[in-house]
Amino acid sequence: MSRPRSQAEYLARLVPPSVAGINRRSLLAGAAGTGALLGTGLLAGCGDDSGSGGSSKDVSLGSNQSDPKPKDVLAKVADGFKTSSGVQVAVNTVDHNTFQENINNYLQGKPDDVFTWFAGYRMRFFAQKGLASDISDVWGKISGYSDAFKKASTGDDGKQYFVPASYYPWAVFYRKSVWQQHGYQVPTTLDQFTALGAQMKKDGLTPIAFADKDGWPAMGTFDILNLRINGYQFHVDLMAGKEAWTSDKVKKVFDTWAGLLPLHQPDSLGRTWQEAAQSLQQKKSGMYLLGLFVGQQFSNDEQNDLDFFTFPEIDPSIGAKALDAPIDGYMMARKPKNEDNARKLMEYFGGKAAGDITVKSDPTTLVANTGADVSGYTALQKKAAELVGSATEIAQFLDRDTRPDFASTVMIPAIQQFIKNPKDIDGLTSSIENQKKSIFTD
Amino acid sequence: MSDLPLIQADRAVPPPAATTSTGGRRRRLRLLSRTDRVVITLMVLVPLLLVTAFVWLPALATVVLSGTDWDGIGPLNEIDFVGARNYSDVVNIYPPFVPAIQHNLLWLAVLFVVATPFGMFLAVLLDKELRGSRFYQTALYLPVVLSLALIGFVWQLLYSRDQGLINAVFGSNVDWYGDSSVNIWAVMIASSWRHVGYIMLLYLAGLKGVDPSLREAAAVDGASESRTFFRVVFPVMRPINIIVLVVTVIESLRAFDLVWVVNKGRNGLELISALVTQNVVGEASRIGFGSALATIMLVVSLVFITIYLATVMRENRE
Repeated sequence: MSRPRSQAEYLARLVPPSVAGINRRSLLAGAAGTGALLGTGLLAGCGDDSGSGGSSKDVSLGSNQSDPKPKDVLAKVADGFKTSSGVQVAVNTVDHNTFQENINNYLQGKPDDVFTWFAGYRMRFFAQKGLASDISDVWGKISGYSDAFKKASTGDDGKQYFVPASYYPWAVFYRKSVWQQHGYQVPTTLDQFTALGAQMKKDGLTPIAFADKDGWPAMGTFDILNLRINGYQFHVDLMAGKEAWTSDKVKKVFDTWAGLLPLHQPDSLGRTWQEAAQSLQQKKSGMYLLGLFVGQQFSNDEQNDLDFFTFPEIDPSIGAKALDAPIDGYMMARKPKNEDNARKLMEYFGGKAAGDITVKSDPTTLVANTGADVSGYTALQKKAAELVGSATEIAQFLDRDTRPDFASTVMIPAIQQFIKNPKDIDGLTSSIENQKKSIFTD
Repeated sequence: MSDLPLIQADRAVPPPAATTSTGGRRRRLRLLSRTDRVVITLMVLVPLLLVTAFVWLPALATVVLSGTDWDGIGPLNEIDFVGARNYSDVVNIYPPFVPAIQHNLLWLAVLFVVATPFGMFLAVLLDKELRGSRFYQTALYLPVVLSLALIGFVWQLLYSRDQGLINAVFGSNVDWYGDSSVNIWAVMIASSWRHVGYIMLLYLAGLKGVDPSLREAAAVDGASESRTFFRVVFPVMRPINIIVLVVTVIESLRAFDLVWVVNKGRNGLELISALVTQNVVGEASRIGFGSALATIMLVVSLVFITIYLATVMRENRE
């Protein structure tokens, strides 16, 4: 009887100790979750939010940046906004995963004026549902973005709904000192990559660090193999539900992955990406395919020892120029309490000043605004920016390029199933296809 | 929830009225003052409204929504009905469903066959008033005050493959939470760890309530210790046994927090409640599909609720 309630409340309580206390908003979201879970969903609209400011002197920001470093960066950017405009930003930080899980109810209730979000399908989805404000006018005032970024910020109706703040490429990371010690060379083909892995095994290293306890990190491996084997356009079509998962193209991706699995760290389903990254940091693993944020697990002195290469070419006709580089940024709620300030804040987020603050404070991310002063970039960041700059196509990552209900309820269990049992690819792909057909109906 | 005010209302009734059996209803009403009647009406109506609004209507809404493909966004009049599609999808093309049912049953079986008897055993031991039994009692009861979610975090420190205590001490390489053939048992141990303390406490209370003269009589008759327990003490504790039975069933159906903390109820830790949450709460928002799962869970719960109510009502009639 009280179970659904405790579950939803429990989700709200998942906020870890690092986020001091449970704020009222997450409890509200939890209450809204109760409504949804009980099947009404109506409670979302009933949540009365009386506290967070209605005065013209402030603006509220819902943030999923709950890790200490990004949280700190955001606080500095908010301070910068206060200095330049005199408007106080009330930042409501919610644990990253909780924020994502409650986003539907959050946006339909009384969201903050501005909130952190991602480019790609997830942004277009909420724009199309009318849960975000058109900010095309803000785009008229900001500069320093390439067309690719503007495209990534544009909804299905051609208007902009998103301001990119930062992005991070996915690549294969390694420690220079380890590679020098063993004399490894950067592989440029799949054969070289496998040979390198075999050599690492002989040298007593785990070739590829690997973790998928949280369900999403292995999606990166699927993405990059799919991009290398079938190309960017196929990735987009597959994610949009237009291609069949039972096709030979998809099977080849899983086949290739199955061939590489012995080089991966075993027992990945009980390991978080942080733990896998630590095996790289402790020089137990030779390389790790992950986003640039892998650097968060390295101390400041070790940052210079970290290097990467893009995943090698598999099919020469497709090459190795496409990659995952998800963009993080901000959106504006459909009816902000303080619309003027919210637009000002969006403009500030898209401006050079916010970029400069981010560059100074966080060495594990790249700033989307090309106008920002990137002289503070570490060698790693410069190289990462170059890599993304030279990419012909940029994907947003599996769970940002497709429907969230498909990504989380079908793909996560499916990929975990594959890692457990890499042999039954036919059964796996037909199961995915069946579920896809049921989900992609409207 | 609605029992409480009724009991209080009963107490407010003067004793003679309560014990009168013939024509009691009329006289009882007359004995109540105006205020009494207003109070009783309110005490019945308010909980009734609350239960209807927060239990029955949502439950009904869940059943209705299970026939739709609503994604949780937009007005209710835009909801499309898809008939039984969600149910056929759950059964036919949703791989986690069958394991989830199995795990729920396994959960019930382990709590019932292992944890509950063990808790009873501990209670019997502690009832002997051995030296330091207070200490053991406290130690065993301690996990009960922790939430299951917290227990998940605590055991994570022991179970983590690379950094956990168990693998560090024994030099083993077992992926306790990640290996799908092991993790359900690992989680079950953590869950039983708490359940045992709970059951122990209930039985301890029960044992203290057993009339000592019964044991003395058994001892005079020359019954052995175990015979005394199974033939005399255990049957006397019938009310406690029913409570324990109900608590165990509820605990196994409520199982959720632990697996959610470990890996969101995936990869070997599927439970119906976790599947409902995965689909309904969160970005996915397959409200219709999740409601179908929730309805299935409701039906399963109803089986146990019916059995329980039938038992209790039979008791009352006797």
